[in-house]
Amino acid sequence: MTAAFTRAEQCCVAVAETFRGNGEILANPIGTIPMIGGRLAKATFAPEIVMTDGEACLIENVMPVGVADAERVVGAWNPYRAMFDIVWNGPRHVMMGATQIDRFGNQNIAMLGALDAPKVQLLGFRGAPGNTINNRTSYWVPSQSPKSFVAGVDVASGIGYDKAAALGQRAARFHCLPRVISNLGVFDFETPDGTMRLRSFHSGVTVDDITAATGFELVVPDDVGETRAPTEDELRWIRDVIDPNGMREQEVPNP
Amino acid sequence: MGVPDKRVSLDEIVGEIRDGMTVGIGGWGSRRKPMAIVRALLRSDVKDLHLVSYGGPDVGLLCRAGKVRHISYAFVSLDSIPLEPHFRNARQSGAVTATELDEGMFLLGLQAAAWRLPYLPTRVGLGSDILAANPDLRTVECPYSGDTLVAMPALELDVALVHMHRGDQGGNGQYLNVDPYFDDLMCMAAKRRFMSVERIIPTEQFANEGPVQSLKISRLFVDGVVETPNGAHFTECPPDYARDEAFQREYAATAKSDEVWDEFRAKYLDVSESDYQLRVAS
Repeated sequence: MTAAFTRAEQCCVAVAETFRGNGEILANPIGTIPMIGGRLAKATFAPEIVMTDGEACLIENVMPVGVADAERVVGAWNPYRAMFDIVWNGPRHVMMGATQIDRFGNQNIAMLGALDAPKVQLLGFRGAPGNTINNRTSYWVPSQSPKSFVAGVDVASGIGYDKAAALGQRAARFHCLPRVISNLGVFDFETPDGTMRLRSFHSGVTVDDITAATGFELVVPDDVGETRAPTEDELRWIRDVIDPNGMREQEVPNP
Repeated sequence: MGVPDKRVSLDEIVGEIRDGMTVGIGGWGSRRKPMAIVRALLRSDVKDLHLVSYGGPDVGLLCRAGKVRHISYAFVSLDSIPLEPHFRNARQSGAVTATELDEGMFLLGLQAAAWRLPYLPTRVGLGSDILAANPDLRTVECPYSGDTLVAMPALELDVALVHMHRGDQGGNGQYLNVDPYFDDLMCMAAKRRFMSVERIIPTEQFANEGPVQSLKISRLFVDGVVETPNGAHFTECPPDYARDEAFQREYAATAKSDEVWDEFRAKYLDVSESDYQLRVAS
């Protein structure tokens, strides 16, 4: 039996699953639900992963999100310069946001419009080029629509499987995009041509809902099923320990 | 004690910055930015600057005030407000041109300049639109493996501006928060290096403030030091003070209209640093 749960809580579990079996790596999810999901993985089935406190330390305990002065057990100092050491050395799986993502997993957080004349200036390239060429990179899209799941990105800040293939196997040997998680479902690129595939749909979401919210042709396997539901134990960790203030529900409101 | 006296005024620092110079600004986002020096720049008639910054409100303010021609950046953010509104306006109106970089390429560019190398090789940038965004960016073939790598050129700075927690009159600098950022590299990458600090203290008192590892900037790489209490305001400078979130929201709201900006400018920017500090304290 599983208890009643919210969409946000199921998203947290989907994020946690992203880090299953990764081994002793820095799980580096960015965003509220990604952070909760990563800490959930560490609290339950993946105690071997290392996480940040959101600042300059790697922590060994399971910290809550959005709680000032929460207890922190620091295992290592990790200022920005040391973070680049980890990125370029490799033992890291980052989960970034994506204003746009296309069917090959190219990601845009930089700007909308042309490179030399942006219509909408966003964050800039940030660390996306370096992340995607050096270590595992997954994506979190809290509001999936044809505007975020697009036929082609305006600017490729993070590189997808088509661009990685063009680089050749050796240059792209560290490129890997394990998952894309949205408020509607879970996606991967486990297809012959590296295009996006629906891996599971969240409870209460139909495949039609998802294809309608996707601006490209999505691979949908015949046997696609629902995203795993949270267990009682996971719900306790999420609600009582990791996100006691319910920040997850602001990021993905329950439908 | 044997340290020279390199104390300077804010006006003396600004007096060394000429139109068109490449200026590196330390800190990260809305964290430990040399804002008192930035405010002094805003009061000057300097223009056409090329900024090199892990950008925050330093970039937004200088863009809004018309001081900037070009920016080399990987992001410009206010942290608690993800997108810097004045920087966005400057980009979207075409008022400033940009060199788009990855955060790590930015580090390598500073490191190359600091080591007096023309470039450093990296995988970063391969495959992404970084190369399309930078037609002058070149790749090199590794003479050992044959790998193609991006040759990140040195980010050579005319001037570096950084803010530290403590300093001595010789320009040794100490940080007391969790992250040194890249301030030391900024200084080593620049021809002229200026550091503001919360407090100038006698060198022998550094040991009372923090461990030797907190003495991140050597006076070998500093030409002038100025004491500017609360000088990183409104960016954060813990443990001395947190970000002034209310003031930052007021600042961000000035992107809404010229009128609101003019009001903000008259109240906070067209005044001396000491008057600024009086006004934000009241």
